[in-house]
Amino acid sequence: MSTPIQRYNNTAMALHWLVALLIFAAFPLGVYMHDLPLSPTKLQYYSYHKWIGITILLLVIARVLWRFTHTPPPLPASTPRWEVLVSHITHLALYGLLIAIPLSGWLMSSAKGFQTVWFGVLPLPDLVEKNKELGELLATVHQGLNVFLFLLVGMHIAAVIKHKFIDRDQILERMLPKGMSK
Amino acid sequence: MKSRLRIVLLGLALIGTTATAVEFKQVQANESTVTFGYKQMGVPMEGKFAKFTAQTSFDPAKLSKAQARIDIDLASIDTGSEEANDEVKAKPWFNTQAFPSAGFVSTGVKTLGGNKYEAMGKLTIKGKTLDVVAPFTFQANGTRASFDGVFAIKRLDYNIGEGVWTDVSTVANEIQIKFHIVLTAAPNKK
Repeated sequence: MSTPIQRYNNTAMALHWLVALLIFAAFPLGVYMHDLPLSPTKLQYYSYHKWIGITILLLVIARVLWRFTHTPPPLPASTPRWEVLVSHITHLALYGLLIAIPLSGWLMSSAKGFQTVWFGVLPLPDLVEKNKELGELLATVHQGLNVFLFLLVGMHIAAVIKHKFIDRDQILERMLPKGMSK
Repeated sequence: MKSRLRIVLLGLALIGTTATAVEFKQVQANESTVTFGYKQMGVPMEGKFAKFTAQTSFDPAKLSKAQARIDIDLASIDTGSEEANDEVKAKPWFNTQAFPSAGFVSTGVKTLGGNKYEAMGKLTIKGKTLDVVAPFTFQANGTRASFDGVFAIKRLDYNIGEGVWTDVSTVANEIQIKFHIVLTAAPNKK
């Protein structure tokens, strides 16, 4: 415990935790709203889900830009090679999914004939025309990608638990503000 | 090519001069449209009615005799999504079982200058009749003519969307109704 912890900077932490929070809102909302009978509540939930999704898209683009312009704090020197590899692949896939999932949702919405209007104020362009088959295809893609996201987020959290309680290293602390870790 | 175009233009010009003397009565249903626009959670939506009938009698020179009647088959509605199509036929919305059609009957037409006019009339939806005013343009080209207009109604005035649907922050109260009616001149009696 002698070496000081090298942390992500405030921007990276803010983006990470904000996106995490929004995923934990949008994902269950998406699962729940899907089978609701048509009602004003359903229309509201769909809109909230889309607004959150587009917000995630923007934040993740910001995160990718951050990642390109900064070097993240190093992993402990003791980290086995396979863990380094798996960790890189997982993070890359998470970034990819967090861009592909909102994009597929936005396109699906357009294909189903509903323009996405961010927070009910900012209309996003319809990048595809209304098309029933395309709408259904994109719905399947959106769902399938979310299954992957669910698994990867599960892996991500499992890895945190492993590092915290089994390896007892300070991987998690890199992403926690100073006051929050011992 | 050029001379042919000239002949066509000349022909159109000739027809144009006689157009105002014709009374337009034959509605071309498959060229006419009745569409509507509304906002849902701030998102602009468009829909249409596939089936309607219209009877009009219009001569710009005899406005006092102008008449129009449009009957819309409400079950032919296309709101833009299948889920909503079923919903709007149900009781809280149009209740098409009890009220299969909506109708507009004109009570008068006045000119607004040029090819712009205004139709006053009674709009009946779901058993409720209210006065509406619909500005429109009239364009005649030979034996063909068209009415184009748009007017707004408030859906709650007609109890369209009852119960939870009275919430106008999800589905807006204002509905824009747009019509494009194509007519041909009444055929000459033989």
